[in-house]
Amino acid sequence: MNIHEYQAKQIFQKYGVPTPRGIIANTPDQAVTNAQELGGKIWVVKAQIHAGGRGLGGGVKLAKSIDEVRELATEILGMTLVTHQTGPEGKLVQKVYIEEGANIQDELYLSVVLDRAAEMPIIMASTEGGMDIETVAEETPEKIIRIAIDPAFGFQGYHGRELVFGLGITDKAEQKKMIDFAAKVYKLYMENDAEMIEINPLIKTTEGDFMALDGKMAFDDSALGRHPDIEDMRDISEEDPDEREASQYGLSYIALDGEIGCMVNGAGLAMGTMDTINYMGGTPANFLDVGGSANAETVAKGFEIILKNPKVKAIFVNIFGGIVRCDRIANGIIEATKITDVNVPVIVRLDGTNAPEAAEILKNANIANLIVGDDLGDGAAKAVAAAKGEK
Amino acid sequence: MSILVNKDTKVIVQGFTGKEGSFHAEQCMDYGTKIVGGVTPGKGGQVHLNKPVFNTVAEAVKTTGATVSMIFVPPAFVADAVMEAAAAGIELAVIITEGAPVRDMQAAKACAVKNGMMTIGPNCPGVITAEECKIGIMPGMIFKKGNVGLISKSGTLTYEGANQVCKEGFGISTAVGIGGDPIIGLSYIQLLQMFQDDEETEAIVMIGEIGGDLEIQAARYIKENITKPVVAFIAGQTAPAGKRMGHAGAIISGSAGTAKEKMDALEAAGVKVVVSPAEIGKAVKEVMA
Repeated sequence: MNIHEYQAKQIFQKYGVPTPRGIIANTPDQAVTNAQELGGKIWVVKAQIHAGGRGLGGGVKLAKSIDEVRELATEILGMTLVTHQTGPEGKLVQKVYIEEGANIQDELYLSVVLDRAAEMPIIMASTEGGMDIETVAEETPEKIIRIAIDPAFGFQGYHGRELVFGLGITDKAEQKKMIDFAAKVYKLYMENDAEMIEINPLIKTTEGDFMALDGKMAFDDSALGRHPDIEDMRDISEEDPDEREASQYGLSYIALDGEIGCMVNGAGLAMGTMDTINYMGGTPANFLDVGGSANAETVAKGFEIILKNPKVKAIFVNIFGGIVRCDRIANGIIEATKITDVNVPVIVRLDGTNAPEAAEILKNANIANLIVGDDLGDGAAKAVAAAKGEK
Repeated sequence: MSILVNKDTKVIVQGFTGKEGSFHAEQCMDYGTKIVGGVTPGKGGQVHLNKPVFNTVAEAVKTTGATVSMIFVPPAFVADAVMEAAAAGIELAVIITEGAPVRDMQAAKACAVKNGMMTIGPNCPGVITAEECKIGIMPGMIFKKGNVGLISKSGTLTYEGANQVCKEGFGISTAVGIGGDPIIGLSYIQLLQMFQDDEETEAIVMIGEIGGDLEIQAARYIKENITKPVVAFIAGQTAPAGKRMGHAGAIISGSAGTAKEKMDALEAAGVKVVVSPAEIGKAVKEVMA
């Protein structure tokens, strides 16, 4: 689960990680009140959406007067912000964060993520703050420091020394501040089951202090149950409504650009089905894993969600029944045709547990538009042909 | 031969009396797996599915001589269960449960490694040695005995792959579903070596997916160490970047972990890479010829 920058900064503050002061606003009036409350002469107006690249997209702007705060808040609130992470459709800005200005001397980078190969968290840091870290990794990989921390033993002095010497921080007082900063971020990462914490840029002010000027956090969905305070930060409006609706029925759904709707059991086979459609010259319209407990209701729901997409010209149901029983899927297909107007060809391939019973059920139901696929290859080929209007 | 488990393997079930644990334990017993008991704290002394129930794994191991544990406990208790198995001297824990927090698995894996216990999973279908021993949730009937070893991150692709191999007239020695979480137990490299050393296995099918770099590591390892033919499929060539495709670990981060880079690495290592899982059976037939 992702959270907004302003929420990440609340968590930073709770852990004593320095950030500029800021207040969230939903309206231009509120933005002005916030700026007045913060005081000072410079404010930053920052669009709050779950995507990086907000600055380049025009969602982060500097205001040098209260009037300008109002002007910028009015401009940014309600705008559709397009960044390299939002996709071309962009995201609607519903909140702006009003933050006091900071005197930036240096821009650094710091993140904590899981290193899957090392099977432990690593702190990644770089002197190249403010840049896309992927670009830094590609062009100047020597400028990225990686420090693995074994959670069994925790953040040690040498981790801190590797960090500050690696970043070229020589002043003793600054070294101490930086080590303290990183240790707190690591603590926060562990205690909250974070998946990723990224601070870009982490600034050094002209006063010699370190501050999180930006903050991105994502949390392990499987661990949210033990962090109700984090779960409370969920912003539903940032999630795709179809994906969200699907998840309420135990379905895992992701929309794609193509024409062939896919309903599959298991994430691997679902991806493999998309790949097969692509290989046969078709285009998948979605990823949809019906999961291990699929029944008539969830399958019907799956059809409904797939058919919301007007681009869908055929649906390929590909089930290899292990835990999922094929007869249940067959009943789901019949149920779906009763409650949803399935107006495109449906290609069904059912194999595994109770497949013969399922075939019998489908045969007896006598549904128009239903085409049986013998195996994965055959089913995909028939789906591709059906989507092209061939029989 | 075969790897990891066979008809003599003694297995206990942690989470034995729960709904999932009961259902699948019974299916495994029907398949022929030697399930010798189970563990449900507080229900020690009872009999379930005609097998003894114990309060602790230590007690179960002492009484039954079990060396493998199949774990079905709820996600929040997985780490505890794995560590208990490790402390009790279990040699292999097969973790079926989906949704265990990553931080928990990190600790559980570290503990298992320290105690010399192998783990498979979590969030996986388990391991099966065809017609001998099934420890997991896969439909047993599709695994005919034969000479092809199978390693897969995905459950249903394990079934799909095994089914095709058998339809081509071959069979499976052992199939291992390693799971698609960010932290997993046994992975490609260890299993590839086991299959390499196994006399019964003549070819290996390896099924991977987007996210992480285990397949890239495997490609390097194959080039140096594996002489048996390997067929591979990597799921997610059409997956968009930045989206988690069902499995917790199946995500392309930035430009890393794509299907293409994994397929290229495997191909460069001499592996027969197929672009669709529908081609797995045919490819096995080719490499076995």
